Amino acid sequence: MSVHSDRSGHDAPGQGASPPVAEAPAPDLAATQPRAERSPDDGAGLVQLLNPEGERVPDARFGDLVADVDTDALAGLYRDMALVRRVDREATTLQRQGELGLWAPLLGQEAAQVGAGRALAVRDMAFPSYREHGVAWCRGIDPTALLGLFRGTDNGSWDPLATRFHLYTIVIGNQCLNAVGYAMGQRFEGRVGGGPASADEATMCFFGDGATSQGDVHEAFVWAAVYDAPVVFYCQNNQWAISAPTAQQTRVPLYRRAHGYGFPGIRVDGNDVLACLAVSRWALDECRSGNGPVLIEAFTYRMDAHTTSDDPTRYRLTGELEVWKLRDPLERVRVHLVRSHGLGQEYFDGVEAEADALAARLRAACLDLPTPGPERIFSDVYVEPSPPLEAEREAFLAYLGSSDSLEKAGE
Amino acid sequence: MAVVTMTKALNDALRAALEHDPKVLILGEDIGRLGGVFRVTDGLQKDFGEKRVLDTPLAESGIVGAAVGLAMRGFRPVCEIQFDGFVYPAFDQISSQLAKLHYRSQGRLRMPVVVRVPFGGGIGAVEHHSESPESLFAHVPGLKVVACASPSDAHWMLRQAIACDDPVMFFEPKRRYWEKGEVAADPEPLFASRVARTGSTATLACYGPMVKTCLDAAAAAEPDGHDLEVIDLRTLSPLDLGPVFESVRRTGRLVVVSEAPSEVSVAAEVAARVQEECFHSLEAPVLRVTGFNTPYPPSRVEDYFLPDLDRVLDAVDRAMAW
Repeated sequence: MSVHSDRSGHDAPGQGASPPVAEAPAPDLAATQPRAERSPDDGAGLVQLLNPEGERVPDARFGDLVADVDTDALAGLYRDMALVRRVDREATTLQRQGELGLWAPLLGQEAAQVGAGRALAVRDMAFPSYREHGVAWCRGIDPTALLGLFRGTDNGSWDPLATRFHLYTIVIGNQCLNAVGYAMGQRFEGRVGGGPASADEATMCFFGDGATSQGDVHEAFVWAAVYDAPVVFYCQNNQWAISAPTAQQTRVPLYRRAHGYGFPGIRVDGNDVLACLAVSRWALDECRSGNGPVLIEAFTYRMDAHTTSDDPTRYRLTGELEVWKLRDPLERVRVHLVRSHGLGQEYFDGVEAEADALAARLRAACLDLPTPGPERIFSDVYVEPSPPLEAEREAFLAYLGSSDSLEKAGE
Repeated sequence: MAVVTMTKALNDALRAALEHDPKVLILGEDIGRLGGVFRVTDGLQKDFGEKRVLDTPLAESGIVGAAVGLAMRGFRPVCEIQFDGFVYPAFDQISSQLAKLHYRSQGRLRMPVVVRVPFGGGIGAVEHHSESPESLFAHVPGLKVVACASPSDAHWMLRQAIACDDPVMFFEPKRRYWEKGEVAADPEPLFASRVARTGSTATLACYGPMVKTCLDAAAAAEPDGHDLEVIDLRTLSPLDLGPVFESVRRTGRLVVVSEAPSEVSVAAEVAARVQEECFHSLEAPVLRVTGFNTPYPPSRVEDYFLPDLDRVLDAVDRAMAW
């Protein structure tokens, strides 16, 4: 088991206090080798409940946490992942056809996102980065609402407070501190540690392996630990931060960093939706009951490019992709549903048809997205109007209405 | 009302805000037990508890980043940055999140956050403790930026900034912290400049620590027959230049005074706007008296760096002789 359950001041059995420097063990040779010679992190120590072959893996600690997931529920998780994947593929196509300026694909990360997203209660809060289309789906945000940011018609069209899903955050790691602040607020309002019947809340913060190098993520870990913030740090380690492999960010497996901050870190198979669901449920409950924060490293793989502007063939080998194809998050659930739950082909055909319809709706909605008028440039900069900005707006709109502007537009 | 130091006026304002609104929180380094390095928060943690007055980890991005999340949750955080030169780690959270979330969310999220920054030199401090970074923030759309110059303004402007639903960068002239003044019974508007001294021969526009310098200069110039008008800008973003335009149309001459380097600064913006609006009224080019375009110098030579009475009056003479 890979869980570091020891908290500051309470070392786990067998770990003990750190030895004095003179007695400290020699540095790990593997860690001092030049970076290129280090063996890649193979994901050792992860929690897995459904292996790539579609077989249930017994787990004394986390198995019970998904005991309620019956055939219908597991089929529902499959449907979530299949629909989200289809949204992702359609959006990628829309970008290729010039209808979106950019898209950040989630291909390969469906289980990591749906497992976490379905563990969240409605009252919990989520802070995404910019790739969390699967979490957005689980928060009830229509996929068409995600397109405006990438088509350039808005900066995120959903209501972050009503959906309890913050706007996408593009500046890497910023949202981790914002999530901690929000979680501190949950704690200050007494919404933590009230017991099972209460309406206790938690916050989940999504970020990637690259973000773990950012100062904001370090500060977020420090603050969350100091204020016992009910926040689950959910790191999707998809192995690549654009062209930089995880070895460029860290010497140790990322989940082990939590130990140094004094809270539990756990690694889960990010391509196993059941394990992601179970571990997320556990972590959220820890936070709601006052034992936060928790770090989850969902060990997964970015099967597509960083964004549609990226060319991964310049920095990674196709062999790697082939290995991860065998760990596909959807296929293992499909196999398990067929073999162990007797689900027939008609179910998968139904999901396929639903995905087709969703993709068609997404495409139509994309093309129909209204382009805002030039007045949008000036709206909502401030709550209380700024007279110089009002004057700038009026002058520009008057200019647009003038013949000077019309002549220009006609040229 | 009472005659108090600026630090006491600020302390009273924070106390009033904490009493008035249970959602007001104060966050900063060493602000609890110690009461802040300038004692602005003295006694507040004792009276309002550790959940209202938070001694934070030593992390400025954390202070503002957490404040953003707290504001999303409905709190009204008041952040203290210990010194001007330590605000830069928070610049990312301030400019990327705090300033933009209302805009990005199409008005769904409000960021009623105040970031207090003691600024400016003149106290013989070591490096990074005497800077004037206000122009950097005035350049960021979505922020409001104000600077107080007197105990009365310190008190009322801080209370108004806390009540404001937009993020406010609140610059406090640290070398004036210990000077006393009477706190007015009623506030003036927050985002408005103010004529601090009426005059007719030339106009001085200034803010923060330079207001006293300019008032002193105006008093010293009187025997020479100069009747200088002094305008305390108070709000740097949005600028309220109406009173400046009105004044320059009467005097025909303007000198803008600030401690910050002159290039691409608030003072530069004031000069640009005045030539746009008052071109035909100007009898001389708009002049600036500022700190130099260098890093803040070692404190033994800071008196040369900081605009003083003589440099202000030299500029007035040049404007008059044009």
